[in-house]
Amino acid sequence: MNDTTLPNAKLTKAPGTRKKRGYRIPWTLHLMVLPAVVLVFVFSYLPMSGIIIAFQDYKAALGITGSPWVGLKHFNYMFENEYFVKIIGNTLLFACSKVVLNLIIPFTFALLLNEIRHMGYKRAIQTLVYLPHFLSWVILSGILIDLLSQTGIVNQFLMNLLGLDKPIFFLGDGTWFRLTIIFSDVWKEFGFNTIIFLAALAGINPSLYEAAEVDGAGRFKQTMYVTIPSLIPILIVVATLALGNVLNANFDQVFNLYSPMIYQQGDIIDTFVYREGLLSGQFSFATAVSLFKSVISLILIVISYRLAYKLAGYRIF
Amino acid sequence: MYHKTLPYRIFSVFNYALLGAVSILCLLPMYHLLMVSLSSTAPANAGLVSFWPIGFTLEAYARTFDNVNFLTSLWVSVKRTVLGTGLALVVNAIAAYALSKDARVFRGRNVYLWYFVVTMLFSGGLIPGYILILKLGLMNKLMALILPGLVAVYNIILMLNFFRTVPRELEEAAFMDGAGHLRTFFSVYLPISLPSIATIALFTMVGHWNAYFDGLIYMKGAENLPLASFMQTVIVQGNMTSFDPDMIANMSQRTIRASQIFIGALPILLVYPFLQRFFVKGIVIGAVKE
Repeated sequence: MNDTTLPNAKLTKAPGTRKKRGYRIPWTLHLMVLPAVVLVFVFSYLPMSGIIIAFQDYKAALGITGSPWVGLKHFNYMFENEYFVKIIGNTLLFACSKVVLNLIIPFTFALLLNEIRHMGYKRAIQTLVYLPHFLSWVILSGILIDLLSQTGIVNQFLMNLLGLDKPIFFLGDGTWFRLTIIFSDVWKEFGFNTIIFLAALAGINPSLYEAAEVDGAGRFKQTMYVTIPSLIPILIVVATLALGNVLNANFDQVFNLYSPMIYQQGDIIDTFVYREGLLSGQFSFATAVSLFKSVISLILIVISYRLAYKLAGYRIF
Repeated sequence: MYHKTLPYRIFSVFNYALLGAVSILCLLPMYHLLMVSLSSTAPANAGLVSFWPIGFTLEAYARTFDNVNFLTSLWVSVKRTVLGTGLALVVNAIAAYALSKDARVFRGRNVYLWYFVVTMLFSGGLIPGYILILKLGLMNKLMALILPGLVAVYNIILMLNFFRTVPRELEEAAFMDGAGHLRTFFSVYLPISLPSIATIALFTMVGHWNAYFDGLIYMKGAENLPLASFMQTVIVQGNMTSFDPDMIANMSQRTIRASQIFIGALPILLVYPFLQRFFVKGIVIGAVKE
């Protein structure tokens, strides 16, 4: 974000070249950011100040200024709540499995795709595997609910061709639900996640491969000693940045696939906040839970960016 | 020449087959849905349809387009997508232009930038946002779906990085000709950056079309529900209390559900070829900076 000082910056101050003029405030530029500044103030900063209701017993009739203060009551209640421990566990389980699989599978897929020499075939594969990323979870769960139902095509396939005697309750049984959540997310995102590795693969210096070939390395050895080491920096960046997401188990996905039957194995922080807050009207408690999540996430994001910078020299700006 | 060796050829055959199978797996669910929507009701309900339509008919689509609730929601979605994308582009692009200026020209630029970036790192969360919409009186208003997400900080950063690659000479020439910042933006920067702005526009449109949660919590009543929220309520939750009674009979049919899901996904499938052409480039724009 820091602007590098241009070498000729000093010249403008040198006597004789140009008269030193006062700085003119560029009002047009300030006006151009103004709409965005106002909107962000209203829709991002005002809600941030609304977090104080986590320390109150918020009643809509009394408003933020009139509701009684209760200190850490909601936080104490949260940490004593056994169910809360459960949803933290579910959240971590979903998020971590997705992070790991969404790293390994796209990485492998990119390596394999790199071996496809027929450009048309390669592009066709890319077109198909990127597609699910752009479909919303509403559409996809509409499809999944149909596919995975007891009479759906997946269960028919399992029973008729693989000889299963009972249909599997993919969305109604806790363990199967967890597997469905994890693998449907991987199915949706692995293609899109390969892009970053494909870009890194395209950037590997071809003379490295030539040198390896001269040394008598076959394709497998070239992959082991040239390709994979070249991808390690980007792998580290992706892995560390994913750290900021360990409390994000994907609300949209879980919300559209879960049902009261499997809350014990499927409920996550965000869906819990939604139900407690907007459905049960426990505004203050729900805000406390979501504040807890936001603070931990913020810390993790800051740590992950620092790590990515230290380990691989990555910066966003 | 490794690719002429026998082990590599064997590997290649497996590799082509494996990747081909995996990509088909990505399309298959969508394809199956389309086939169900094109089949007759009886075989579809009995689960006989797999990879081709049985008793081909377009009746499900005809019935879907007869459904008043569906059409109303479709219209709400079109409105929010067009209006939301248009407004977002104007507000974000002019902000990005100003922020692309050097801090010596535009003092306070870095303060503004941090002011925006903080919102990427931390947010008030669901409940304070909901209370705000309630207090602002935006419940049931289209603006509740447009204003909260209008400023997309990530897009501002993408655009400002792009604006910084515009040669400074062009800007200086415009200033020499007496153009102000606003004029320079509209006559020089905007035409040059059209491809990257088009990419961001497409992504914003997809985001609006797919958004369902805001509609779900801010829109009460069938007449204001965007299509994604309508589908979430009817197909995913199976909740039909606020809709026409004759719709309930319709919705229990698999073919009609399938046709609605397919129509909901259709705009995305249509813009996808354009998106795909751009998004790799778009990501590169954001990733590479001077």
